[in-house]
This record gives sequence, C-alpha cells and structure tokens, in this order.
Amino acid sequence: MISQLTRDERSSAMILCTILVIFGGVLGIAGRDDVLGFHGALLAACGIGLLFMIMNRYHDAEPDPDGIKKYYDDPTKVGVIVSMIWLVFATFIGDWVAWLLVFPEATFDAGWASFGRLRPVHTTGVIFGFGGNALIATSFHVLQRTSRARLSDNISPWVVIIGFNLFCLMAVTGYMFGITASKEYAEPEWYADIFLVVIWVVYFVLYLRTLARRQEPHIYVANWYFMAFILVVAILHIINNLAVPVSLGHAKSYSLFSGVQDAMTQWWYGHNAVAFFLTSGFLGMLYYYLPRRAGRPIFSYRMSIISFWGITFLYMWAGSHHLHYTALPHWVQNLGMTFSIILVVPSWASAGNALLTLNGAWEKVRDDATLRFMFVAAVFYGLSTFEGSFMAIRPVNSLSHYTDWTVGHVHAGALGWVAMITFGAFYTLVPMLWNRERMYSSRLIEAHFWLALSGTVIYVFSMWNSGIIQGLMWRAYAENGTLAYSFIDSVDAMAPYYVARAVGGFLFFLGGVIGLYNIWKTIKMPAQENAPVYDLPPVVDPEPAE
Amino acid sequence: MNFDHDFFVGFAKSYGLFYMMAFFFATVIYAYWPSNQKKFDDAAKSILEEDEVSQK
Repeated sequence: MISQLTRDERSSAMILCTILVIFGGVLGIAGRDDVLGFHGALLAACGIGLLFMIMNRYHDAEPDPDGIKKYYDDPTKVGVIVSMIWLVFATFIGDWVAWLLVFPEATFDAGWASFGRLRPVHTTGVIFGFGGNALIATSFHVLQRTSRARLSDNISPWVVIIGFNLFCLMAVTGYMFGITASKEYAEPEWYADIFLVVIWVVYFVLYLRTLARRQEPHIYVANWYFMAFILVVAILHIINNLAVPVSLGHAKSYSLFSGVQDAMTQWWYGHNAVAFFLTSGFLGMLYYYLPRRAGRPIFSYRMSIISFWGITFLYMWAGSHHLHYTALPHWVQNLGMTFSIILVVPSWASAGNALLTLNGAWEKVRDDATLRFMFVAAVFYGLSTFEGSFMAIRPVNSLSHYTDWTVGHVHAGALGWVAMITFGAFYTLVPMLWNRERMYSSRLIEAHFWLALSGTVIYVFSMWNSGIIQGLMWRAYAENGTLAYSFIDSVDAMAPYYVARAVGGFLFFLGGVIGLYNIWKTIKMPAQENAPVYDLPPVVDPEPAE
Repeated sequence: MNFDHDFFVGFAKSYGLFYMMAFFFATVIYAYWPSNQKKFDDAAKSILEEDEVSQK
C-alpha cells in the first residue's frame, strides 16, 4: 500500500491522519463518557495506527515513476477483501437475529445482543459494509478500465475506503451501545453522518476528476450508474439526516422533521437507498462484468441508456408506497403507487438486456458458475422488481405490509440480486486484479453458487409463506365480527417458517465463508508469468511506433 | 404565491407530467438517433477490447 505512494504523498497522508487524530480527539474529549467519546477515541486510534504505518515505511524507496502510467488497483484490492469480511460478519449476525426470532432467549442477557440492536448491525453490515465496499472497489476498477485513465490521485481513494469503513464501524458499534437515530437504514447519529458526507464528497470528486482524464470519447454506461449512485446517495443522506444534536458533546440528535413529513422523508430516503445504493450501483457492476465474463457486448446499449434515465427519474417518486393507509395525503400515496408500477418497465429492460446478452452463450452459463451467479442475479432482479411493483399497489399492500412478505421481498433483492451480482463480479475481478490465471478453485465457486442459491430460495419461500399467513390471519374475522386471531396466535404460527428462514440464511452465510476462503487462496497463488493484460498503460502513447 | 397543498397537487399534475414526458422523449430520441449508433456500438465493444490487445 504505502510503497506505491511517493514521498510527498506519504507526507500528505500523514497530514490527513493527523487531522483524523485531532478530529477524533476533539470528539473524544467533548463526548467524555458518552458513546460519542468512544467513537472519538476510535477515530483517533485509527489515525494514530495509520500514522505509525506510514512512518514505518516513510523512508522506503519511492515507487517506479513509470508506475503512474498504470492503473491504480491497491484500493480496489483492499475493498474486495474488506467487503467479503463484512459479508461473513454481517450474514452471521443476520442468521443470529433470525434464530433470535425462534429462540428469543439467545441474547445471553446482554443488552448489546438484543434483537433491536443486532438487527441494524446486520442491515448496516450487509448493505453498507458488504455492498458499499463492493461498490467502491468495483467502481474504481470499472472507472479506470472504461476511461483508460488512472485514478486522478493516489490519496483520495484511500480516504474513501478507510473513511467509509470507519463510518461503518462507528455505525455498528454505536448500535451495540444502544444509540440510534431511529431511521431505518440511516441509524447512525449526526457526527457519523457528517463524517460520511466528507468521505462521499471526496468519492464523487475523485470520480469526476478521473472521468475528466479519460482517453475514451464516450463515457461507458456503467459509469453513469455509478455516478447516479454516488450523487443521489449524497443527496438522500444529507436531507434525511438533517438533525439537531442535543449538544455538541452528545451522540443523541433530533430530526429536523416530525410527524408525517418525517415519515415521508424517511421513506423517500429508504426507497431511494434501495434504488441508488442497491440497484443503480450494482447495475453499473452488471453492465461491466457480465459482458466481460460472457465475452459478448451488451445486447442493446441503447436500451441501457433509456433504462438508466428511466430508473433515475422514476425511483425518486416511488418512496411513498411505504406509507399506504397512513396520514400521508392520498394523492401522494397514489403518486408513489403509480411510479412504482411504471418502474417495472426500465427494471425489466435492464434485466432483459442482461439475459439477452447471455442468449447464445448458454453453454457458458451452464459451465461457468461465475457467469451463472450473474445470470441468477439478473433473474432475481427481474423477479424482485416485479414483486416490488406488485406490492406497491395499495390493496396488495394491505395484505403484505408489516408482514414477513416484505422481509422476503427485500431478501430476494439483497441475496438474489445484490449479493449474486457481487459474487459474479468478484470472481471475475479477483484473478484480474491479482494477475492470477483463474480462481483458486472452481469447485468451491460451484459450492458457493449452490449454497447461495438454495439459501436464497429457502429464505424467500419461507418468508412468502409466513408473510401471507400473517396477512391473512390479521384480517380474518370471526362470525360475530371480532378478529379471529390474536397477534400472538400469528406469532406462534410463524415458528416453522422462522426455523426454515434461519436455515436458509445459514446456507447463504456458509457460501460467503467459502467465497472468502477461495478469494484468499487465490491471492496466495503464484502470479502468472506472461505480461498481465490488465496493467497495460492506460495513458495512450500520442505517437505510436509503427 | 401561496405554497399550500393545492399548489403542489396542481404543480405535480401539470408541470410534473410534461417535464417527465419531455425528458422521456429526449432520452429515446438521443438513444435512437441514427448517427449515434456507431458511437454506442463502439462503446459496447470497448470494454472487451482489452483482451484483443493482449493477443498482439
């Protein structure tokens, strides 16, 4: 890592680390025995650790000046590994909370292990820890290859990777200590939110500056998806987290919004987090790694442009379908419902585009588990976007809302689409990045594929069952006009499905462990001998020798 | 101007429709404009060229 930085860059990295130490120190002192104080100490400790790492290597030889003509992949490598570690950690927690619903006493009487604290650890860990690192890592890789340009500088990618993971750490530890901003998927408190804004701006500036150096005239469509992801997530994050802390030395804050406005802002954020974090960025991944792995250009480039603008503009209005039958004005509910239904068009255009790209290469899909991961991802993307549009219809929502059907839908998207496309992308990317001929074991990829697929199918089917049973039990009336079932009756009825779900989740977790092991063993393999394809100088020689 | 509930409903139902339709048509025209076709074909193939380069 550090050997790739010039002496000047090592100096500026040390200045940034010093700023981190000072920022953490101020938070630590202001927060005292509050969680804020702990997080300040955490930031300061990370800053000091990084300072020592750099000082240790400060006088090492500077990198080869010709290296600047190559792509810069160290941050991507770190991002891939960290992402897989987050996956294993957060799916483990996810399976734990799934078992908590079967055995509620499995908290071992520890406050931090209660369902309400561990559940956001799981969601933040998988969405931001696993998904976020995967997006950052692949976006750096795709951006450089499609632009044929090196990242615009060597420091800001590290600011993004390290800063983003510090944010995730603050979030996850904060929940265990019991702090939350009480907004789903936006639980971190105000200081962590401000920290993330700085990191995110650095990310976007890095992206734009690298694009400005591009050697290709046209900006490849994957970059549009990644840029929409970065830009819109910044907007969502800032607006939904507008809050006033009770004091600058305290973690607790109060949202700027209240009542139905708060609910609308939250679900505008929440649904667009699904749209731009879990869809747009991962579509960027799909539009690069799927054609590469299949060895075929995308079926219709024009369709990818139309569906990009469709997704970008339509998703913005769909959030209010989370608030059917609430105090939200009826026309806003209708608006959200209508846009959610129209959304199936660009969503299916993307899923269809991916499947039609594979049409004619089915023997590759059959033989290559990596490509099969991406194929299954496209299928689940199509299924869960259809299901989402369906569930957004108000009368359907009256059955599905507040039930496990929603949980099943989310996991069809998160496991079936987001995680599968990431595994496909990683298994394509890892041999490229480390210059290995192939992954360590194709049989382990095969094992991972079947564990992930069977885990997802078991999970989704058990939640469909339990969700529809819940919905039907809650709306069943007895002959005398009273409710036929008490709430606890419906909880009892869920037990077998909760066991099945936890088993499915465990299979998925196991697949992740195998994936991490396989990637690790691939890194430990000897490098290929012939000149690496992927380290071609991105800077095209202006006068090519004839 | 009075920014009340009726104003936003009216705004969403009129201007909202027009700008989204206009944007949709602009996107479709851009994507299907004949002279853009070569650019898009080249872009779609561009990500696969790295392998060809290596074979030289």
